[in-house]
Amino acid sequence: MENSLMSLKYHVSPTDFTRAGEASSDVKNKLKKLGVPPEIIRKVAIAMYEGEINMVIHANGGDISVDITPDAIFMELKDVGPGIEDIDKAMQAGYSTAPDNVRSLGFGAGMGLPNMKKNSDTMDIQTVLGQGTTVTMTVNMPE
Amino acid sequence: MTVQSIKELLNARVLGGDDMLDREVFTACGSDMMSDVLAHVDDQAVLITGLCNPQVLRTAEMMDIVCVIMVRNKQPDDAMIQMAAERNICLLATSLPMFTTCGLLYDAGLRGGGQHGK
Repeated sequence: MENSLMSLKYHVSPTDFTRAGEASSDVKNKLKKLGVPPEIIRKVAIAMYEGEINMVIHANGGDISVDITPDAIFMELKDVGPGIEDIDKAMQAGYSTAPDNVRSLGFGAGMGLPNMKKNSDTMDIQTVLGQGTTVTMTVNMPE
Repeated sequence: MTVQSIKELLNARVLGGDDMLDREVFTACGSDMMSDVLAHVDDQAVLITGLCNPQVLRTAEMMDIVCVIMVRNKQPDDAMIQMAAERNICLLATSLPMFTTCGLLYDAGLRGGGQHGK
């Protein structure tokens, strides 16, 4: 990407729930070192962490790339999971297809995608059933 | 109030991040659902929870929470204790249940914070 300050790539492990969030944690630390304002860092951290958790719960892991420019932070979360059957429903707060064991881990309240949207300035979901989902999000730097 | 005064009030053990004990905190939230913490919490400094897994500390990290209180005698493992220390999160454990913990802290002046605490 043109005028990129930093380009980062992560693989999200499909089975290791313990490690979910490591990529988001790393991005958070790098943004901090770049001197990005804390409120922007928190938006990126929450949006990406929710996405990472989704990848582990629903999609057998996947790959994340992050581009940091002076204007915005771009995130792409790509998986080859089952795809999202009904995006409108998935965007409703409280709607979840997560299995019960996920709820006992503290997730699966049906807040993930709505919260990703809330914390990003743009969000786009491309999904094909049986093939996978790509979520792209942008968080703008302050003017 | 300080994290140190929370520790004393709840008769809590400090499991990690004891260099954060002098931090001043004003707001708290109590939940076992990290999804809800991520979606609804706004600038709270203390997380009270009965959930005991590494994602509690990840959630706290993303939300810039400075103190996590484990209620009902939950015992985090060494990996969690290390995670807390690495992230400058003070990890406390109390034998008190969630309701009593929240009640004591509210009584001592902690509030819900953001638009959800009014």
